Amino acid sequence: MSYLLVCQEWDRLCVNHMIRQRTGYNVAESANTKSKPIAATSTMKKIMADHFLGLDRARKEGTEKIAWCTSVGPAELLHAMGFEVYFPENHAAMLGATRMATDLIPAANAMGYSPDICSYLTADIGSYVKGVTPLTKAYGIERVPKADVLVYNTNQCRDVQDWFAYYAREWNVPLVGIHTHRNIKAVEDYHISDLVSQIKDMIPVLETVSGNRFDMERLREVVGLSLECTKLWREVLECGAAIPAPLTFFDATIHMGPAVVLRGLPQAVDYYRLLLEELRQRIKHNVPAIDEETHRIYWDGMPIWGKLRDLSAQFASLKTNVVASTYCNSWIFDAFDPACPFESMARAYTELFIVRDDSFKEAYMETWIKRFSIDGIIFHDAKTCPNNSNSRYMMPQRMRDKMRLPVLVVNGDLNDLRCYSEEQARTNIEAFVEQLDEKVR
Amino acid sequence: MNYNLAGGVDVGSCTTKAVIIDRSGTILAEKVIYSATDFSAASRNVWADCLVHASLSEQDDIIIYSTGYGRNSVSFAHGSMTEIACHGRGCLHFFPGPITVVDIGGQDNKVIKLDSHGRRVSFKMNRKCAAGTGAFLEEMALRLRLPIEKLNSLAENADGEIALGSYCTVFSATEVLEKIKAGHQVDRIVRGLFHSVVKRILEMDTLTDRIVMTGGVIEHNPFLLTLLRSHTECPVVSPPHPQITGALGAALYALESGNNQQH
Ligand code: SF4
Repeated sequence: MSYLLVCQEWDRLCVNHMIRQRTGYNVAESANTKSKPIAATSTMKKIMADHFLGLDRARKEGTEKIAWCTSVGPAELLHAMGFEVYFPENHAAMLGATRMATDLIPAANAMGYSPDICSYLTADIGSYVKGVTPLTKAYGIERVPKADVLVYNTNQCRDVQDWFAYYAREWNVPLVGIHTHRNIKAVEDYHISDLVSQIKDMIPVLETVSGNRFDMERLREVVGLSLECTKLWREVLECGAAIPAPLTFFDATIHMGPAVVLRGLPQAVDYYRLLLEELRQRIKHNVPAIDEETHRIYWDGMPIWGKLRDLSAQFASLKTNVVASTYCNSWIFDAFDPACPFESMARAYTELFIVRDDSFKEAYMETWIKRFSIDGIIFHDAKTCPNNSNSRYMMPQRMRDKMRLPVLVVNGDLNDLRCYSEEQARTNIEAFVEQLDEKVR
Repeated sequence: MNYNLAGGVDVGSCTTKAVIIDRSGTILAEKVIYSATDFSAASRNVWADCLVHASLSEQDDIIIYSTGYGRNSVSFAHGSMTEIACHGRGCLHFFPGPITVVDIGGQDNKVIKLDSHGRRVSFKMNRKCAAGTGAFLEEMALRLRLPIEKLNSLAENADGEIALGSYCTVFSATEVLEKIKAGHQVDRIVRGLFHSVVKRILEMDTLTDRIVMTGGVIEHNPFLLTLLRSHTECPVVSPPHPQITGALGAALYALESGNNQQH
């Protein structure tokens, strides 16, 4: 997830980064290369800043109640109930990207949270107990907004429930959530009806905490806005199918911010219209995101937040663009439908890639890989997130055989850089691109 | 201009290797020195030694490629390739594809599969831990207070083996201490250590076709080939000088590149 600090770092990278030249001689020398900065970024920075400052105001003035929510929902319900919605995963990604996480995770480990569990959880709880947050540097916000209620969805993992449970105990506030069916092949009616009941069951608690009555019309409105946002986000990502691609996975991890934290609000819709227009102009005028795009990669798994900049520069120097990813696609929710908000929310949260079995995942990836003219697949095996690491049950081998494409597994982590070997990852990526070059020859 | 001579410099975490070849790929000189802490100095020194050995000088037209962990520290190289590419290329010089290259290095292990055209099909490097690498054997030699160069003959001549279970270097060290305390013979423990290097390789990837073992650890501990043979039906071989395979591969890439380009 994205945030201002990443954007600032991104700007520096875009303006003038040093890259290694691969072709010809003197490879050890560096050359100046400009990647193309996305003009809409400044608008995104502003709406993201407004989001955080709004939350801070709500915390200080007590104007609106604050709900903490998992990144895939049920944000729609919370917006409809009049909450200011805060997303701890977004904060945890900030901790990763600012490289604060690796210093903070040990504090949570010392408390009893294993180094093997979600490093979003451990970084976030570490930051809480240490009393530090990247929001201070980015927005002058002293601390994260305290929750009045915590609302999770286990469609991604159990860790979010345990994570939120810590704060529920700490602040003695209600903890509610939805327990989504997991590892499913097809989405069945009984999955949906169960989830609908679970979502409805939360309403009395949310009414008590917010002091607002549930309003179906308002929920329809929010779901409608989420649908518009998600459609536009899909179109943004689909721009990556153009050759050369006008954006990279690394751009997308920054620009997905509004799809995560502002979904259901008009600001996100306006923002993606702006971004989409810019990308379409790029396609029209043949403006590539990286110079001399030679190879196109599909990335499966989490970003390595603390290494976004380095990896982006490395791929650019290798004339290789990561044009599609499972991760950024996770905020495409095709199922939202204002005509039946509860059912469609239940469906949207259940249809997601992370909820599905390997046969679905492989078919899904195949579609994107073909559509995006991919010539290599990279799986990131994140040490602390088995839920987003699809390389552990032989999927890379199956995808390699089925798609007849080279695959690479990079070992690392989303936030805990103690699990990441810089040199090994760099060498693996470089060797992988050599393999793609060899194939082209 | 076409080059008649090519060089490869492989800057590894433990040792730096250099090779000079002629147009036909025949090795004219090869050198190995410790990398120590200054990779740039190590690459200069090993290259200077190699030139002397081949009765050449810096004035000779030699196209040079670097490889290895410190490949970017070789300022005089004309190009670079990863050690994964270079070990594969070096092995192909002696053995046609399809082959599976198993490289046991100072800090990491690699399994590289090449098809019948010599094209890379896949590669894997070991994960973060140094278990099963040269560093593992060095650490264990230290624990056993044995000179590292004695390990191979001890393992080879042992009349039995003490199995070690852990795949963590630190846990293995504890296990070794326990075995010593329990009164087991040192040579049998060393055989067990060698076996654990082989087990680390076996769990990295499936081994297919002809297996070519390379790297400094194989150069100095050829008994590992014998041990690996006991786990596979595939033929297990090594090039004449396994430690310089990466440098040779770099030199071969340099030669191809020099002869493909106009200057
Ligand atoms: S899906 Fe992974 S990264 Fe996200 S909260 Fe769960 S364990 Fe953490």
